[in-house]
Amino acid sequence: MFDSVVGTLPAVTPPRRHASRLFFRHRLAALGLVVIVALVLSAAFAPWLSPYNPDDLDMANRYAPPLSAGHLLGSDDLGRDVLTRLMYAGQVSLSVGVAAMAVTVIVGFAIGAFAAYLGGWIDVALMRVTDTMLCFPSVFLLLFVAAFVTPSLASISLMIGLTCWMELARVIYGQIRVLRSADFVAAARMVGAPAWRIILRQILPNVMAPILVAATLNTANAILLESYISFLGYGIQPPQASWGNMLTNAQSDFLVDPWLALMPGLAITLAVTSFNFIGDGLRDALDPKMSRR
Amino acid sequence: MSEAIVEAIGLALHYKLPGNRLLRAVDGVDLTIGRGATLGLVGESGSGKSTLGRTLVGLQSPSEGEVRFEGEPVAGARRAKLVRLRRQRQIVFQDPSGALNPRMTLGDTIVEHLRVQGFSRVAARERAGEVLTLAGLSRAFSGRYPHEVSGGQRQRAVIARAISTDPAFIVADEPVSALDVSTRAQIMNLMRELQRRSGLAMLFISHDLSIVAHMCREVAVMYLGQLVERAPRDSLFRTPLHPYTAALLSAIPAPDPVLERTRTRIVLKGETPDPSAIPPGCRFHTRCLRATEVCTRVTPETRMLLPGHTVACHHPLEA
Amino acid sequence: MSGSGRLLAVEDLTVAFGPTKAVDRISFTLDAGETLGLVGESGCGKSTTAMALIRLLQGAETGGHAWFEGVDLVAVAEERMREIRGGAIGMIFQDPATALHPMIRVGDQVAETLRTHRRLGAKAARARTIELFRQVGVAAPEERLSVYPHEMSGGMCQRVIIAMAIACSPRLLLADEPTTALDVTVQAQILELLHSIARDGAMSMILITHDLGVVAGVTNRVAVMYAGVIVETAPTDRLFADPKHPYTQGLLRSIPRLDSGWDEDMPTIAGAVHDAHALPGCRFAPRCPLAAEVCREAPPLRSFGADHQAACWRAS
Repeated sequence: MFDSVVGTLPAVTPPRRHASRLFFRHRLAALGLVVIVALVLSAAFAPWLSPYNPDDLDMANRYAPPLSAGHLLGSDDLGRDVLTRLMYAGQVSLSVGVAAMAVTVIVGFAIGAFAAYLGGWIDVALMRVTDTMLCFPSVFLLLFVAAFVTPSLASISLMIGLTCWMELARVIYGQIRVLRSADFVAAARMVGAPAWRIILRQILPNVMAPILVAATLNTANAILLESYISFLGYGIQPPQASWGNMLTNAQSDFLVDPWLALMPGLAITLAVTSFNFIGDGLRDALDPKMSRR
Repeated sequence: MSEAIVEAIGLALHYKLPGNRLLRAVDGVDLTIGRGATLGLVGESGSGKSTLGRTLVGLQSPSEGEVRFEGEPVAGARRAKLVRLRRQRQIVFQDPSGALNPRMTLGDTIVEHLRVQGFSRVAARERAGEVLTLAGLSRAFSGRYPHEVSGGQRQRAVIARAISTDPAFIVADEPVSALDVSTRAQIMNLMRELQRRSGLAMLFISHDLSIVAHMCREVAVMYLGQLVERAPRDSLFRTPLHPYTAALLSAIPAPDPVLERTRTRIVLKGETPDPSAIPPGCRFHTRCLRATEVCTRVTPETRMLLPGHTVACHHPLEA
Repeated sequence: MSGSGRLLAVEDLTVAFGPTKAVDRISFTLDAGETLGLVGESGCGKSTTAMALIRLLQGAETGGHAWFEGVDLVAVAEERMREIRGGAIGMIFQDPATALHPMIRVGDQVAETLRTHRRLGAKAARARTIELFRQVGVAAPEERLSVYPHEMSGGMCQRVIIAMAIACSPRLLLADEPTTALDVTVQAQILELLHSIARDGAMSMILITHDLGVVAGVTNRVAVMYAGVIVETAPTDRLFADPKHPYTQGLLRSIPRLDSGWDEDMPTIAGAVHDAHALPGCRFAPRCPLAAEVCREAPPLRSFGADHQAACWRAS
């Protein structure tokens, strides 16, 4: 009755395995991943791994340089161990970075997706808002908002997230404008799927690549922004340590002990650069043109 | 007599173009499709056949006129009726690659299609497996992605999705045009078998009359947004009445060298005018070899000149 | 071995993209004034063959020989190839919309070909362009000279492309699916045009298509390709009247006929072309109703009468 179909299917590498193979070919990305994992682990397990408590004072050994007795990375103006403080500060900076990234991704995707999919006045309104916000440099916008808000982990993450979503919104908008007219979207529309369901189930899986890339690059950016505002005193407030506010204290002591500035600076640089490399590697791995192997 | 399942009444779809012009994709179509009927819709680019098909399944809204399903107007349908409409009308698209979500497995695509309609997860999985088998794909295909299977297999999945809700009416928009010649026959046989089994009504859109001949019992011809001829298949092919239909028939290259050498071909003048600049009177007059003065002024009426065979022409061919 | 007097003699032409051979040692010949149809479905290698002949492929390794007027197209230096391309050999591509430069007026595009290959001055080029437009059926040619491609219909674009291809009176015209993107009524016009040009200009043509109906009307001989190899070649009449290879037979049977068989199930070829390139032995065997043990070894082209060859152990 029915034609028998040739049942042999060609062996094809599943998309995820193929992408990870391409990712690890990018040496710097792989290295970045290792570094980030190390930073995250050291932050997460700080209570068990750190040699001291972050508030332990050691007035006898203030301003100790790195590799001095008892202080692998030195000690600060109150004799607190720098390595310990870096690890605990890492908890703060990394979580702000990730939380802010989450806000950015969710808001950016939602705005870009709904504007592109729904069209009409919603499209116009949302994209004008996006364009307007893009006019302001994010640091100034952030500082402006920070001046009015009581700083806490949550509020800072939210603020940073809300000043960085615009670029992702634009990228998503462009991609979805194209996808919107695809036949498989029409098929879902025809059978009565509501807009949110089509966006989440049909469209989202097809724009994962730019989202993942944006997520990593935005994490890097968020860590940097947190360190800016904390350094300036509007972010994380002492005694809670973040890499950024460790730099505030270190600024006045720079001539006495430059290491105090270099250590958190190094931590920030490592984290930001690593996330950027990961983002690059993801971009290459997920680029459909490159995966034609 | 089979009752009408889908009707188009005075249907028109106009798109506004910059410079105050109007693109008349569909420009005044009256069409009735009976329950269980197979109607072929033939035309070239600019004919509006795809637009008409998409409007009949609710993918586009008409600018004028109305679409009726089972006798009731489609516009403004609410809750229960809307759900029923969605289940009962389905479409098979031309390009199987664009019709399937590249990030969903064939099985998941159908399951999602059913879940939106209110099927439970279990029922949806069950039905998905069922229709994939009906479409000639083994269970193993359920877990494959579109890019991992051939064009013909993709189209089978698209067809499986379309029949999953057991619809009463399917629009097939050039379903085999993007496939290889050897795969076309397989898919055509499949569609015929499915249609016969379930008794669903089908509107088969194609630019290729020879494909339509094998799929449909009735054929309608469109030109620049209007129906120019409609007839039972045999009547249309043996005695075409509209000059455009005759030209279409004669233009199709036949896989028979002797026939090709000896037959006289009707070669039309020029090309199809742009749908935003439709000629006055009979819109075919600019290309027609039989056109006279009246054809440039007066739009021809649709008349039935043979049993079940209607045509809109001032100078139809000999019946 | 420079082709023994034929216009084009292709010997063991192979085109490989990495490990896959898109075209695997095909051989065929073409006489002056002859039209050869190169037929097959997607992935069979017919377009690749044409592109390989005029060396427009990127990233491919081409082997074998293609003797054209004493020159081996596969091996000749790029400079000489550039002279031949557009000069002695003209080519028509599939999609008229993308084959023309969108920002240059069509008259100028044709004139450019004339000035490059024939060294005509501006006035002479213009005159010849008008003549060519008239020949290919472009109405009001003088006015059309200053038109841009997007202002023309598909059929008109294709006529301009044909004008460009024949501008320098080539001895060989390669037409790759010249009518696939066109409406069927326009297709008839264009095929008619190509046929008359080939006849009047005593020009040879290789017509590449998947449509056997197109081939029936326009060609003298046909070569059928499957998964990179030629499986059958014969004079057109003989191929349709008495096909020898099971693939050709299956293909002809599976074409919907306009005059008969409407209510029967259409005969089909089981399965699909899938990884056929990688198979040792006969590539069509997995789908062939006549497949047998002997088919594990790749069949050569065997003779079945005057100028009729098929690559099949089981054909008779």
